[in-house]
Amino acid sequence: MPARTRVTASLLSLLPLLPLLPLLPLLPLAAAGAADGIPGSSPAAFEDVQSHGGGYRVVQWEWTYVQTPYVIAVWLLVASVAKILFHLSQRFTTVVPESCLLILLGLALGGLVLLASERQPYQLEPALFFLFLLPTIVGDAGYFMPARLFFDNLGAILTYAVAGTLWNAFCTGFGLHAAKLMGLIDERVQAGMMDFLLFGALISAVDPVAVLAVFEEVHVNDTLFIIVFGESLLNDAVTVVLYKVYISFVEVGVENVQTADYFKGIASFLVVSVGGTLVGLVFAVLLSFLTRFTKRVRIIEPLFVFLMVYLAYLTAELFSLSSILSMTFCGIGANKYVEANISQKSRTTVKYTMKTLASIAETLIFIFLGISAVDKSKWAWDTGLVACTLVFIFIFRAAGVVAQTWVLNRFRLVPLEKMDQVVMSYGGLRGAVAFALVVLLDDKRVKAKDYFVATTIVVVFFTVMFQGLTIKPLVKWLKVPRSTSRKPTINEEIHERAFDHILTAVEDIAGLQGYHHWRDKWEQFDKNHLSKLLLRKSVYRKSELWEAYQKINIRDAISLIDQGGNVLTSARLSLPSMTSGASFPDAANVTNYLRENGSGVCLDLQVIHNIPGGKVEEDMETHHFLAENLYKPRRRYQSHYSRHFISAGAKERQDREVFQRNMKSRMETVKSGRPKRHKKERNAKKRRGSEDKAGRSGGQRGKDPVGVPLGSDEDEDQGERSDPEKEEDVGITFVAVKAETPKRRPHSVAADAHLPWKGVGVLWPPPCVSLEATKVIPVDLQQAWNQSISSLESVSLPRHEGGRAPRPISYTPPGGPVSPPPEEDEEEDETRPLVPSLKAALKPPPPRVYLRSLVTAPPPPGSEDPCARGPTQL
Amino acid sequence: MGIWQSLSGPPEYRQLAEKTGFTCEQIGVLHKRFKQLSHNEDTLRREHFNAIHDLGCNPIRVQIIEAFFDRRNLIPPDEGRMEEIHLEDFVVVMSHFKPPPLSMTDEQRDSVRTEKLKFLFNMHDMDNDGTITLEEYRHVVEELLSRSAHISKEAADSIADAAMLEVAAISMGHMEPDEFYEGITFEHFLKLLNSFEIEAKMNVRFLNMNASTVCY
Repeated sequence: MPARTRVTASLLSLLPLLPLLPLLPLLPLAAAGAADGIPGSSPAAFEDVQSHGGGYRVVQWEWTYVQTPYVIAVWLLVASVAKILFHLSQRFTTVVPESCLLILLGLALGGLVLLASERQPYQLEPALFFLFLLPTIVGDAGYFMPARLFFDNLGAILTYAVAGTLWNAFCTGFGLHAAKLMGLIDERVQAGMMDFLLFGALISAVDPVAVLAVFEEVHVNDTLFIIVFGESLLNDAVTVVLYKVYISFVEVGVENVQTADYFKGIASFLVVSVGGTLVGLVFAVLLSFLTRFTKRVRIIEPLFVFLMVYLAYLTAELFSLSSILSMTFCGIGANKYVEANISQKSRTTVKYTMKTLASIAETLIFIFLGISAVDKSKWAWDTGLVACTLVFIFIFRAAGVVAQTWVLNRFRLVPLEKMDQVVMSYGGLRGAVAFALVVLLDDKRVKAKDYFVATTIVVVFFTVMFQGLTIKPLVKWLKVPRSTSRKPTINEEIHERAFDHILTAVEDIAGLQGYHHWRDKWEQFDKNHLSKLLLRKSVYRKSELWEAYQKINIRDAISLIDQGGNVLTSARLSLPSMTSGASFPDAANVTNYLRENGSGVCLDLQVIHNIPGGKVEEDMETHHFLAENLYKPRRRYQSHYSRHFISAGAKERQDREVFQRNMKSRMETVKSGRPKRHKKERNAKKRRGSEDKAGRSGGQRGKDPVGVPLGSDEDEDQGERSDPEKEEDVGITFVAVKAETPKRRPHSVAADAHLPWKGVGVLWPPPCVSLEATKVIPVDLQQAWNQSISSLESVSLPRHEGGRAPRPISYTPPGGPVSPPPEEDEEEDETRPLVPSLKAALKPPPPRVYLRSLVTAPPPPGSEDPCARGPTQL
Repeated sequence: MGIWQSLSGPPEYRQLAEKTGFTCEQIGVLHKRFKQLSHNEDTLRREHFNAIHDLGCNPIRVQIIEAFFDRRNLIPPDEGRMEEIHLEDFVVVMSHFKPPPLSMTDEQRDSVRTEKLKFLFNMHDMDNDGTITLEEYRHVVEELLSRSAHISKEAADSIADAAMLEVAAISMGHMEPDEFYEGITFEHFLKLLNSFEIEAKMNVRFLNMNASTVCY
């Protein structure tokens, strides 16, 4: 069995190399080479099976069956492991961009492949590149494109993408032709003017893959990045059209080209670019509309995003429109609505999957570029051509950038500085798109194809490796402003929004129909029509500022958890209402805690803050019990396994418990040590947040306390959970919101209704800021604060096992003594607290004296319980 | 200078151009708009502003309009409010939105920043007491959110409160126990928006040319 032994031999010869994972792809190659020995060779069996004389084979070698997916998987593995290896050395990768390393790896692998076999089986196939690798990168780039930044700079981006690319293409083409005529390029390069123009067209376009790979590591400022990157995406239309036009010209011959054909070329440019954009936008609308209705199929939400974005690409390709434009605009257009519609988890999934795919595609592209370069059949070197091309693309790029920037700066409010221009010129990287296009050329028509391929490879390698390597030091040396990853503060967010309106107003007053005017018009249209169509009812009400605020909250919340919940101890805080002379050992960094608490994202202490001040002990007991024994709650978690729904995972429960323990211990320390002022504020804020939330999502119930489900029965809760209008995905980390708020919300809403501070808003239309002490914390917050602190206190009271805790004084409903309504006895115990509250809600809120008393009469240290409750007493 | 003067036409344009830094073509355009708004009267009143259709749905319309009647935004600054404004006031207020020159020294940049931030500060500080109180700040946030009518007032307030406490944290750092935060003073406002590139943002491109109003 010569074939078998050869297989084994080649396998064995590879075995020592196997730990070197990059070599794995060679295995199929060797196997294939071996299999060539016998045409149609049957699957080879292993030795021990053969000894039985070819009977039933226990283990079979089914290479042909698994070959394709196997090779793909191994390639992905190689690429991924390569990334791990590169990042083993932190210092190394900060100096050398990953793309360079990948190309080098590709070169090495290509060399090995070349040694193993005569031909080069793995290459960057244009079909593979354009249908699979490129869309993943462009899809990621388009979907996560910072839309505002993009449109703010759209003028500049379009100028560079269209005028700049045209200029580069023509100049490079004519320049090369001139060089040919002058004899700088060897006679062997059989190319006429059209060939050079064609080559110029494909070599002149800045490549999105290369730009992304290099600029992501450089971190230049946002404007600069978006201009270079936007250009690299939008120049696709120009490249595609020029490429096609020239190809057809080359095919028919220059002498047969008629004047009309040039106009057709221009028309085709319009069709390709506008058509591509339109296809993208249509798909964006479709996608957004689809995600409106995925509430019940959350699990496949991300798939819709991928499919529609990819279909946008394929559809554009189908009609030979600009597919990159289509995909980019589909991503940009759909992002806002999709992100609002889909759940938080889907958002994360989309993000990670896109980034993973894009990253792996990028890796593969660069490795394949390296491998493709090692192919003897491609090497048709002409020093003149290579040198001229390199010089021309660099010079013309720089000249084009300078000229266009000069024009643009006359119109731009924020001019592009000289340093920016240098970086833009230098950042004009060429990459895999050019390579794939040049490989696609027909060597029967374009005689000099081999020379062009070789030159393209050199250009790509030069720009990606040399320029990519040096751009970082250059940026440092030029002191180009870098991007800061600083989080915007709430105030900056507010002013950012305010500015849009201010500028629009000024333009309107000045009678200018400028950019802001039209942007405002668009936003009006978006709000009045598009959002209504494309957004779910539940999300469409939230404003942008609100969203931004929420995002900040969630982010801070997450960082809070990351730090083990100890942010609050990092700084000292004194608030107006604080006992004079008292300072908190573990008071808070105001920003953090306010943000964390002032929001609708209920972070913590849900055990406590959901208990309204006037509740009977049973509930507290229950909740306290729950808090302590999270793993034997009465609450049932939903089904353990479901393909279509993801229940709250064990991890989340774990997190929650950790968090609650954390909060609890903190609470203990506060309790034992100090007046609970900051605690109170937390709770007040929190409560307020939950109230906002409840006010929005369950406003109906909030207004009508009678309609509130009275019991805390589990079945009720289950019913609540499936309430279709409830978004079950508000918080990602803190399941407090996700799973529990629907349950608790009704209570808090109901109970809130009777709280005195709830009435304040009604009776005192503007939130009254008391004269001195409460400049920062408004009256109603103070009161809420007191309420919640009292509940907090009572929860942490020592309980009487088996019996009810003594009813604290503060549980007298604030509305004054309430005679128990007659029906109380017939009701379940749990409903009792609500009944007085209804009564109380009807009463006018009591005078707000106690606020003062809170401020002026600090609780004497030592006697915590009465004094902490003191504020709530009237 | 002779060419300049011969080009600059009406002397009031020239004075205004010196005062505000607009070119006199731009002033011409603004004058035309002024006349259009005021229906060829000499002064503009609030109702003229309120009649601007596009302004109708702007959430912070009131503040912007008030800014035009605020003497603090004039050169030199003054106190109080006006009932009607002349072309000069109109152009001076507009000049706060003039893009800065292409190349600036650091001092120039700072002065432009301060000037623009002062305008913004005055806009928020409605009662002209030198601080933006919580009340005023809430008002701003509420109005910003008022476009989306579904955000409750409490939500707006809680955002404003959060922002306010953030200000307190940034500007005061450590506060003594019996201290409380009065409101944002201008110094704090500067500090607060330290990294906010207002000189690059608070700009409107004023038309240079308008065939009918070029001032010869």
